[in-house]
Amino acid sequence: MSLRDDANGCYPPTEAMLDEPVDEQWQDNSKRRLRDVWKTPAGWRYWSAVNNSEVGKWYCLTAFFFMMCAGVLALAIRVQLAVPENDFLSAGRFNQFFTMHGSAMMFLFAVPLFEAISILILPGMLGARDMPFPRLSAFGFWCFVIGGVFVLGSVLFDAAPDSGWFMYPPLAIESEGIGSDIWLLGLSFIEIASIAAAVELIVGVLKCRPPGMRINLMPLYAWYVLVVGGMILFAFPPLIAGDLLFELQRSFDWPFFDPDRGGDPMLWQHLFWIFGHPEVYIIFLPSIAIAAMVVPTVARRPIVGYSWIVLSAVGTGFLSFGLWVHHMFTTGLPALSLGFFSAASEAVVIPTGIQLFAFVATLMVGRVTLNVPMLFIAGALAIFTAGGLTGVMLALAPFNWQVHDTYFIVAHLHYTLFGGMIFPVLAGIYYFYPVFTKKVLSPRLGKWSFWLLFTGFNITFLPMHLTGLLGMPRRVYTYQTGLGWDWLNLISTVGSFILAAGFLLFAWDLLRPKSREPDTARNPWNAGTLEWTHDVPEEAWGIRSIPYIRSRYPLWDQEKLVERIDAGRFYLADAAEGKRETLVTSVLDAKPIQCMRVTGPAWITLIAALFTGGAFIFPTFHIYTPAVICAVFAGACILYWLWTSTAPIPEQDRKPVGLGLSLPIYASGPESAGWWGVWITMLGDATAFISLVFGFFFYWTTKTDFPPVGSEHANLLFMLLGGAVLLGAWALTLYARDSNTKGHVARARKALVLGIIASFTGMALVIWSVRSTGMDPQAHVYPAIIHALLLWLTAHVAVGVIMQGYCLAGSLFGKLTPRYDADLQNICLFWHFLGFTIVVCVLVMGIFPRWL
Amino acid sequence: MTTKPSSTHKLLTAALVLPLSGCDGLQSVLQPAGKEAAEIATLFHVLLVGAVVLWILVNGIFFYVTRLNPRPLSRRAAETLIIGGGILFPTIVLGILLAWSMSLMSSQRELGNAPVSVSVTGEQWWWRVQYRREDGSLLASANELRLPAGERTEVTLTSNKVIHSFWVPALAGKMDMFPGRVTRLALQPETTGTYRGQCAEFCGTSHALMAFQVVVMEPNDFERWLDDQAAPAKEPEEALALEGRQVFLREGCGACNTVRGTPAAGTTGPDLTHVGGRTTLGAGILPTTPDAFTRWIQHTESIKPDVYMPSYEHLEQSVLEALGHYLKGLS
Repeated sequence: MSLRDDANGCYPPTEAMLDEPVDEQWQDNSKRRLRDVWKTPAGWRYWSAVNNSEVGKWYCLTAFFFMMCAGVLALAIRVQLAVPENDFLSAGRFNQFFTMHGSAMMFLFAVPLFEAISILILPGMLGARDMPFPRLSAFGFWCFVIGGVFVLGSVLFDAAPDSGWFMYPPLAIESEGIGSDIWLLGLSFIEIASIAAAVELIVGVLKCRPPGMRINLMPLYAWYVLVVGGMILFAFPPLIAGDLLFELQRSFDWPFFDPDRGGDPMLWQHLFWIFGHPEVYIIFLPSIAIAAMVVPTVARRPIVGYSWIVLSAVGTGFLSFGLWVHHMFTTGLPALSLGFFSAASEAVVIPTGIQLFAFVATLMVGRVTLNVPMLFIAGALAIFTAGGLTGVMLALAPFNWQVHDTYFIVAHLHYTLFGGMIFPVLAGIYYFYPVFTKKVLSPRLGKWSFWLLFTGFNITFLPMHLTGLLGMPRRVYTYQTGLGWDWLNLISTVGSFILAAGFLLFAWDLLRPKSREPDTARNPWNAGTLEWTHDVPEEAWGIRSIPYIRSRYPLWDQEKLVERIDAGRFYLADAAEGKRETLVTSVLDAKPIQCMRVTGPAWITLIAALFTGGAFIFPTFHIYTPAVICAVFAGACILYWLWTSTAPIPEQDRKPVGLGLSLPIYASGPESAGWWGVWITMLGDATAFISLVFGFFFYWTTKTDFPPVGSEHANLLFMLLGGAVLLGAWALTLYARDSNTKGHVARARKALVLGIIASFTGMALVIWSVRSTGMDPQAHVYPAIIHALLLWLTAHVAVGVIMQGYCLAGSLFGKLTPRYDADLQNICLFWHFLGFTIVVCVLVMGIFPRWL
Repeated sequence: MTTKPSSTHKLLTAALVLPLSGCDGLQSVLQPAGKEAAEIATLFHVLLVGAVVLWILVNGIFFYVTRLNPRPLSRRAAETLIIGGGILFPTIVLGILLAWSMSLMSSQRELGNAPVSVSVTGEQWWWRVQYRREDGSLLASANELRLPAGERTEVTLTSNKVIHSFWVPALAGKMDMFPGRVTRLALQPETTGTYRGQCAEFCGTSHALMAFQVVVMEPNDFERWLDDQAAPAKEPEEALALEGRQVFLREGCGACNTVRGTPAAGTTGPDLTHVGGRTTLGAGILPTTPDAFTRWIQHTESIKPDVYMPSYEHLEQSVLEALGHYLKGLS
């Protein structure tokens, strides 16, 4: 490739260019400027930080804190079950405790911790200065804190959910008090924050890699982030759709799960497990990803079977969506579907096995150095293989019929989660700790806590296999003596305290002050990936200059890389305009395409999270007015934040970023990170919508009387008319974009005004077509699901209108011009999805029921 | 026709269980007393041996390459490991296991020409039982299931209010019970005796206290027992029992419970016509002694939290004793 074949200047850099010395004076000056720009706010302003190193740290510690809380609940459970007919906990409290133990471990620890760790280390691995949307990370974190404290705090007031973490209706619907509402609303709130983080992580991997790091050169961790982010995107929305239906029944008595009015509790089980099983792999894969970083370092050579691992990770991700029915083997489904899901559940062994054997193979060809991270990886393997082998047993339906919902399952799931998550994460913490602190955790305490955890874990959970085989069901607050369970339970309880001691020792090692200990080298394990060039805590800029990458292990393979990075030889070594900047590159081959300005410290994210929290928390107590007010304020905060800090018009069109390369500062459409953010978010949104539509067809296929004979339907004429007008609003939005691009600004504005009018008119017609009939959502599930779709459509059209208004205002106040049109490009993408939603809604609400 | 569990798996069971406890295995998957459970126990033992061997192999390789012999091996050997251990071996083993389990799956749930048919309804927190007799009539009972050995029984399952799960580990795998939906299970008990079943789907506060007994009888005994059950309640003979019946009717117990042959005809609670002859009280949690009846009626809500039946703490001890005596007499 010639040096001048790109409009942006020289790329890629030649060896000669990289060899050129950097002016010392300039090095000092640029360093100072860069340091100023990336400075972490001090004092109480510290909490307005949005940089990934701070937010990631808070996020990790918060998730760890929630884990310890959920662990205390587990200890209480173990004390209650230590002896038969114990009365340490009442039945009601025990049920709250086991529900919260599971819910908190899943929603407040396992998934958020993946996102937390990724926010913390991913930019480092990719040589990026920060995540692409730092304020979104901060917003997600604050939502997580508020939601987590609310949900977990309910335990202290004897008001926690008590129907199990799976919340099966009708039990959870009939449950008195606000427990179920806390679960549904509190956790939905956190799930939305999780999706936001997933969107950001995916965009980070796709668009914020260093120049030259083609997609097949990126660290395996980034691949796993991509896979897991994608899984979150498709797994959480069905649950959110389920939560919506559930809460509509709890609050307004729309009978989605009530068999007396045509509903079906099985719909929830399907939606829950379509989420619930991928969730297991959402937890497991990131930890494998950590192992994939630790193993090559320990073996001192590149991973064996990189492509195998990537394919297996993607394969596991896909397969995990086809396994959910193995949680429902005892619900009396037809043998054919049991057979299919049984085979699919076994099939997932293969990609999992490939990944594990690839690690073993890497260790085989390398020269292994044993250290504390490796000890935890070894423990993880021992535990996980046991959990995996019982998983093979459980995927066989007949065996599953016996041990489903017994302590055998409790043992199995803890083996997979400890082996597949806790131990690798601990390995990761020991491994990555020096990246952020320049200290190592104590190897002596590390070994102690490892052996306490390992023996404690096995003493607790190994006997549970037998307890389950001897017939002890899960979720029982007490048991009778004489069934052979007594002393097995006692052993488990003893083991759980040893396990807890291991965690306490680890926590002490993690949090104890270490300022007196000498700093370690920047790369104490002699690893090969970019995060080890970090110079934290001294420097908050992430990386001194963003390097050009040609290898999977650049620190091993690229000579003088660190010196050149430190000298500012590479890209973006300066912050001449005093703005935080990072590079945006192309998705596949990582060619630099934009110098993106990212946002700095702000309080607006915290304020927006508080109001969003209010909008979710007030309805728990059936207080709706303050909830609506909070929702409006939350929306206003988010608009303010978007208006003031996203896609600002730069003071110059492009700037030199080093090594003879000059890049545009502004990008719109598919070149920009924002467009990818919208696109990925909308995939998740569409998944939730499809889950609702799935509900409709689920009732249709499983119920003989859906819709009931002689039931009223939506008015067809108004429905079609409304749909057509709404599609007109879509067309007008697209027309506005095209006119704006061509420079016809006045025409674009007119189209947007007409678009807003069309949105209102069309939506009014659709609402009228349903509401003018006698369809009563409380009477039967048919009108209820139609109303749920109507609600969904209305909310989305409302967002569409706000977007049209936002762009209109942008055009009027000079934020949106024919050249700087990212907002208009992005809302068109939203409207494409909305167009799809409109068409499906009209078909399902208006036309399809008449055919049946 | 009785298929005895194979001697190997008896041995394995003994090796696993006996040194660990002197348990009676009333509710154990490992001590099967029915065809379905025996087949699954055999499957499990094969799986267990395979799992132990594989666990040792995988962790052994890992230990070998990291500790015992940590010297670099060829890349080729490493790739063989990935392909052989990760793809070929599991594909073959899993294929065989799936074929086996699928053949079990269809035979296990086959009803055949089940001569016995029982319907069980899950309640919070007890079991409503109805035997379908040859003449098509239904015979109500509760919290206990009697089955003839060696014959196939169809169990029709449903639920009132919330989801439960019907599970007798010694006889077969479990099946969930849904409100508004009917599920089915086939049982074929082989060995006479008493076994314990328990609800396996979390169903609310007292989920832990929802058990029942299954008594497997010789077919002739079963037929005789069924005829006895069809008869109305025994007339009390002693004065105490007669007083108990008066109390029962006076206190309105009949609004919820049926005692055939008396005005008590409620159906919210269990049928008590022959409650004294059952092995347990309160859905598998108390023995059926007069004392236990008395205690149960007096402290229902503390024995079984959130149960619908109120405690009768206000009744005098002597009155409660009469009641207990009467109920025990309903054999």
